[in-house]
Amino acid sequence: MSDTNAQSVRYVRDTILPQQPPPASAVGFIGWARANLFSSWFNSVLTVISLAFIFYVLSGVIPWVFQSVWNANSLSECREVMVATWGDTHGHACWGVIKERWLQLLFGFYPPELYWRPIVALGLLLVALAPVLYAEKVPSKLLIVTALYPFVMPWLLWGGTIWAPLMVMAGFGLGYMAYTILSTKIGSLGAIIAGVLVPIVWWLFLSGAVASALASVLPLALQSVESRQFGGFMLSTLIGVVAIGCSLPIGIFLALGRRSDLLILRALCVGFIEFIRGVPLITLLFVASTLLNIFMPPGTNFDIILRVIIMVTLFAAAYMAEVIRGGLAALPKGQYEGADSLGLNYWQSQRLIIMPQALKISIPGIVSTFIGVFKDTTLVSIIGLLDPLGLSNAIRADAAWNGIYWELFAYIAVLFFIVCFGMSRYSMSLEKRLRTDHR
Amino acid sequence: MSSQSDPLPDSFRLSMLIYDTRYRSMTIQIVALIGALLGALFLIDNTISNLNALGKEIDFGFLSEPAGYDINQRLVDYMSRDTHLRASFIGLLNTLLIAVLGCAMATVLGVVIGVLRLSSNWLVARIMTVYVEMFRNVPVLLWIVLAMAVLIESLPSPRDFRGENPEASMMLFDSVAITNRGFYIPEALFSRSFGNIHFFGDSSLRFDLSLDLLALLAVLFGSIYAVRRLGKWAHAKQEATGLRPTTWHYTLAILVVPMLILLTVLGFHLGYPELKGFNFSGGTYMRNSLIALWLALSMYTAAFIAEIVRGGILAISKGQTEAASALGLRPSRTMRLVILPQAMRVIIPPLISQYLNLTKNSSLAIAVGYMDITGTLGGITMNQTGRELESVLMLMLVYLVISLSISLVMNWYNERVKLVER
Repeated sequence: MSDTNAQSVRYVRDTILPQQPPPASAVGFIGWARANLFSSWFNSVLTVISLAFIFYVLSGVIPWVFQSVWNANSLSECREVMVATWGDTHGHACWGVIKERWLQLLFGFYPPELYWRPIVALGLLLVALAPVLYAEKVPSKLLIVTALYPFVMPWLLWGGTIWAPLMVMAGFGLGYMAYTILSTKIGSLGAIIAGVLVPIVWWLFLSGAVASALASVLPLALQSVESRQFGGFMLSTLIGVVAIGCSLPIGIFLALGRRSDLLILRALCVGFIEFIRGVPLITLLFVASTLLNIFMPPGTNFDIILRVIIMVTLFAAAYMAEVIRGGLAALPKGQYEGADSLGLNYWQSQRLIIMPQALKISIPGIVSTFIGVFKDTTLVSIIGLLDPLGLSNAIRADAAWNGIYWELFAYIAVLFFIVCFGMSRYSMSLEKRLRTDHR
Repeated sequence: MSSQSDPLPDSFRLSMLIYDTRYRSMTIQIVALIGALLGALFLIDNTISNLNALGKEIDFGFLSEPAGYDINQRLVDYMSRDTHLRASFIGLLNTLLIAVLGCAMATVLGVVIGVLRLSSNWLVARIMTVYVEMFRNVPVLLWIVLAMAVLIESLPSPRDFRGENPEASMMLFDSVAITNRGFYIPEALFSRSFGNIHFFGDSSLRFDLSLDLLALLAVLFGSIYAVRRLGKWAHAKQEATGLRPTTWHYTLAILVVPMLILLTVLGFHLGYPELKGFNFSGGTYMRNSLIALWLALSMYTAAFIAEIVRGGILAISKGQTEAASALGLRPSRTMRLVILPQAMRVIIPPLISQYLNLTKNSSLAIAVGYMDITGTLGGITMNQTGRELESVLMLMLVYLVISLSISLVMNWYNERVKLVER
């Protein structure tokens, strides 16, 4: 049988040919370009238009950024240098304004000799965030820094006696002590009530006297800085960090309230969330700047930054609540029923079963709310606080820099971009890390 | 479920309010209600005592006092001796104007950018990614003031148009003038106008509604309705005979002919802006603050809409596209008949909430001096009269009404597409 073919066919290949490399037009850069840039005549047209557009933009931006004036003390001086060097004033940046004012854009009117305090606060913030953001790489002992940070940060920024934050901390300690001692004696409910009441009594009536007594014995204090000296990117970061930090827990409780079976509780939560989401942030900031003092007992006059932080936090919490509610709704019902069948009570099942999954689902929404809050801190410039945008107006009011726009806007935009882009990239990596389904 | 409830106790004890599951939810709710009421009472009591101390009362009488300030971008007539209520009304109309303009442009831009981000052309997709990231990660307020600065700094002023050899010239056959004070575009004029209907007599909410505009809208909607009927007829014919009659020339005629007839009857012509003295007159004037706000808001929101559109298209599984091509549908028809109807269900709800965001963000108009409701009621009126509480309450109420109406539309739409679902 095998011989038949051998006689009728002249030539039979008995070895396989070595593989040829693919044609040069299908691999490498050319192949990639053919597939991605010139796959059809329409795509080719789009590519050419895009290239022209990129060239147009870069030919304007690159000379503007790099053929620029760094050493000048006023805009007119800048223009003189430009005319002397390039012959015209168009298309060249005057970075002199950034060189002169970049510290002011970062710190506002914070006393320059105290700049180390916001910097230390920022450094501590990073240390405090590390065990939260990178839980598996960072030793969990650092969580102590995270717990202490809310007390240390205001003291570092505003200064004043060290005893005030310590007294606030002591209140929490006392409340916890009251709870642990009483829970064995009078049952958990009484202990919880005592655990709430004791610190309140402490803060309202005792802590002030104790703090002043201690301060007279051991006057440890930082030079205090007034709120109106706060400004620049530091102010944005302060408002953003506090609002982000506080809005997540408040948002979780609001979301749980909105999904609970308790009619009145649900109505209260829905009313709050829909009211806050229905009005623009700027009206809430008007409330902070003009009305919040009217709502408080006569005679109280608390800090404008604190008022703004309260309103921004409430605003962010309402949005956060909706994001988390979406996560809760996306969980299959079996998870709730499974938790019930294990005999877990409401809080246990929320803490151990529901929330970890719901929060994981809502990470993209939570982070985009964070980014939104951080961007919205610029709105405080409208009620007269000196955030970077407010400061840029102030700088322009200076006769030396009257008429300068692009350099200031570019600087501010780059600062915001770095922070917001970083946040969104972190959320993507977190999503990838927490993904447990096998795709 | 009945097995969950506890066995009946012998007698009622106070601790059962907490520990008995039948009463606990009641207790919690009543405590919460009392807490909320006490909180509200606390705030109201403080407010009243504070206002008493300041010698103010809650009084909306300031709304009927003359405003005394001018509003230079307006849709209906207004003079500075009109009341504060009238000024607020103008502001509200301006808010609605920027919301409608912004939503329209943001949708167009957003859809184009979202689709282009999915383009198979690598370069185009990258450029669009850069656009989206650039706008999403920088505050909208910065974009608004930046747009305003661009308009003021880089456009010619009206006086550059003067003289024998002007530095700047009008565009599109001398019909559009783009200056740093704003844009002058041709206005629609009717030589045989039907006139106006006047609403609300002499009150602060008075406005004129142009009958010409109403007639144009009526003809437009009538034509659209007729075109849809024609489509249905063609569809029925196709079902019955298997052949679809050619209808595009009828469609075109239905859309164009009645409109042309109406325009001829009305004596339609354009009024062009003309340079008179140091400024332009005639035509429709759009102030630079309106343009800056419009551009910035719509470009900012377009970045978000692009992401929504992209997500919506990606959410449709690949099997749908493959099934459609297995049926022999062309790519364009696959998009129109298979992908888009399903993607719409994913896209529309977040899209409407972006419209809501744009409307709320339009309150940032105050940063560039566009007189929307925040600029009038929450800005000059509040500062002039010192009625912060009343002004801010009214302002919030207006925005709440706008937001809730948009939410209602969204809920209605969600209910409607839900019925289509299995």
